[in-house]
Amino acid sequence: MLGFGVFLALLAIGYYFGKKNETNHFRSLERREQALAHITTNTLKTLPAGYNSSAFVTGNVVISIDYFKRLMAFFRTIFGGRINAYASLIERARREAILRMKEQAHANNASMVANVRIETSSVFQNAQQQLGSLEVYAYGTALK
Amino acid sequence: MPNIQISNLEAIPGTTITEHLGMVQGNTVRAKHVGRDIMAGLKNIVGGELRGYTELLTDSREECMSRMIAQARDLGANAVLNIRFSTSSVSAGASELFVYGTAVVVE
Repeated sequence: MLGFGVFLALLAIGYYFGKKNETNHFRSLERREQALAHITTNTLKTLPAGYNSSAFVTGNVVISIDYFKRLMAFFRTIFGGRINAYASLIERARREAILRMKEQAHANNASMVANVRIETSSVFQNAQQQLGSLEVYAYGTALK
Repeated sequence: MPNIQISNLEAIPGTTITEHLGMVQGNTVRAKHVGRDIMAGLKNIVGGELRGYTELLTDSREECMSRMIAQARDLGANAVLNIRFSTSSVSAGASELFVYGTAVVVE
């Protein structure tokens, strides 16, 4: 009975704070993306003409899903179908990593980040967890 | 000591490649920290960024980059071009970070 109570409490905490975190994060992502919209990105390997210096820039983030969504995702894996809980988590991580990379480029006074590569990996996964946490790493060359 | 330029493009602006010195690489395997893991356990309930891990991975990547740069320096290069990263989890709780690129002399 106590175990079940703890489980319900964790679910409620996970739902409430997870939702709040996510809304805040999306809001902050949008604001920062607009502020850095003048820095363009591309995925081309060749050096575009008209730039005089380059710097290597990176951004990474490790993000974790909340208790409630993890349970929802677990049920989804029984019936199959689209797992929105993970889709939004990965989207947040990716946008955050790209933004951090752009912030570094901005600090270098760059106007473009060329050859952006994004790498996603579930690092530090342990056996007990479905999906512990996820890392997104973005890197590219800032040009000015 | 010459400063080594790093880029994941195939050229450095305003320079031409005069010599190719071959591939250079750096790697590191890092395990997580128990204290950080406890914090991460709490974060797993509410969700969100695991700052400790983000920093750990940033430090690890810097370490493997500095190994790659040391190799390039030994070869007499002044730039490393077209670098790539790769991450793999070796076992539960440990991950390997790997970086590689081409050492060149640019003028």
